[in-house]
Amino acid sequence: MDILLQQIINGLVQGAIYAMVALGYTMVYGIMGLINFAHGEVVMIGTLVAITVITLLVGAGVPPAMAGACGVVAAAAVCMIIGWSLERVAYRPLRNAQRLAPLITAIGCSIVLQNVAMMVWGRNYMTFPPLIAKTQFEIAGASFTSVQVLILLVASVSMGGLLFLVYRTKLGMAMRATAQNPAVAGLMGVNANRVISSAFVVGSALGAVAGVMVGTYYEIAHYQMGFMLGLKAFTAAVLGGIGNLAGAMAGGLLLGLIEALGAGYIGDLTGGFLGSHYQDIFAFAVLIVVLMFRPSGLFGEKTGDRA
Amino acid sequence: MNALPVLLEAQGVAKHFGGVKALRDVSLTIRKGEIYGLIGPNGAGKTTFFNCMTGLYVPDGGGFLFDGLPLKADAPHQAAERGIARTFQNIRLFGNMSALENVMVGRHVRTHAGVFGAVLRDRRTRDEEAAIARRAEELLHYVGIEDRADDLAKNLSYGDQRRLEIARALATEPKLLCLDEPAAGMNGTETEELRVLIEGIRKDGTTILLIEHDVKLVMGLCDRVAVLDYGALIIEDVPAVVQHDPRVIEAYIGVAA
Repeated sequence: MDILLQQIINGLVQGAIYAMVALGYTMVYGIMGLINFAHGEVVMIGTLVAITVITLLVGAGVPPAMAGACGVVAAAAVCMIIGWSLERVAYRPLRNAQRLAPLITAIGCSIVLQNVAMMVWGRNYMTFPPLIAKTQFEIAGASFTSVQVLILLVASVSMGGLLFLVYRTKLGMAMRATAQNPAVAGLMGVNANRVISSAFVVGSALGAVAGVMVGTYYEIAHYQMGFMLGLKAFTAAVLGGIGNLAGAMAGGLLLGLIEALGAGYIGDLTGGFLGSHYQDIFAFAVLIVVLMFRPSGLFGEKTGDRA
Repeated sequence: MNALPVLLEAQGVAKHFGGVKALRDVSLTIRKGEIYGLIGPNGAGKTTFFNCMTGLYVPDGGGFLFDGLPLKADAPHQAAERGIARTFQNIRLFGNMSALENVMVGRHVRTHAGVFGAVLRDRRTRDEEAAIARRAEELLHYVGIEDRADDLAKNLSYGDQRRLEIARALATEPKLLCLDEPAAGMNGTETEELRVLIEGIRKDGTTILLIEHDVKLVMGLCDRVAVLDYGALIIEDVPAVVQHDPRVIEAYIGVAA
């Protein structure tokens, strides 16, 4: 019983991170039908930028919490620039090309970003400096840390902010209008290029915040970390119904829970044959099952509210 | 009527789709303050003409002068900026947005706050967004559907959807409002209400280009009428003349017996 509650807590935290990254995939897909496979790499660069900035500041005597805040801002700024540039340089010239071309380009961008990161930060694992004192709490035999609480808090605020942006501001209205009908939105004076750029920029900023969360949670980072994280988040987006914001959030949390519970019980289920390090099986089993039986995802509908 | 200044001038506009010549060398002139009718049998090229003018299609030949300056092809948001707005024959609202939001999107072209405003929520952005919402409410009232403001566009009745499209187009503050078959599928009462609305819009200073099948509506409403047949302009004149022109009768009814 205590392992159940424990794994639910772990799953929610991991899921919140997936959701933040999944939003980046789903926003871009919702507006222009492109799967930006380089998004995981953007998150990875966010983590590494944050490490560099925070380590420097902490070394200079800045309090860790303050250094952490600066790290988030710096990571967001760098990721926003990368996201904007990706769209401008790699995807915009292919806007009217057949679907496969931008997809291959996205994979290409992902490899380029990984290699650039390797050249800048090296091949070794890097330690993510602690940002807040790690206090342990307990309820009903399950324990959770202040870091986990912080992650859930920041994720909730960020996602709330995104919903406000999309549903309550003029930019969000332009995004939803472009997602539903780019040509008509253009006739209303909505500049499609600017809306698409904004989706990349906003998605990348969320990705940067997620990157810092991953770093703080696992205390370790590496230039290849974006690949698996990106795939999982993409799975979460598909699970929720790609193109759908609420879907990405729910899909992320659900995937986190499935993984955590799967990892917690896989030993019992297979009589000890498979251990918890096989947890990746669950994410991809989910992807396969969703694609087979409900390709539009949990929240997806044919004319869904894409944004 | 000829004393009025020219608003839009089409100069030899041509458009092909493969071997089909949808528009051949169409030249016409719309004057400020007119209600100008564009009629023709199905497939005559009326909507293609609209699409070229509003930047959805790039013409294969010729071009447009709007307010004395050329219109850039292939740039819908710039056509909107210059002051051209349109509605669609097959209604194209943002179905999953509320009626009010649909009109608010139309305000986009006349307002300026961008990405950073949206994120930073500065005073100017908030004031602007409030002004957008107010203006959108006024426009819904103007076309008579203010009580449907919060309903999703896809849930409005057919007639109300047509009105909403007009409100959305008006939100861009057009100099030229292009209506593509606004009376299609409307009953007699609705068509009459539409006629009153269109005349009101003209009275408030907007020039109107009307594509319509309802010949009675066109002849009763328009100051001048142009007729397209197989992509070519066959006549441009006042309704009384157009109505009795043998080429027009032939285009609509076939070869005169």
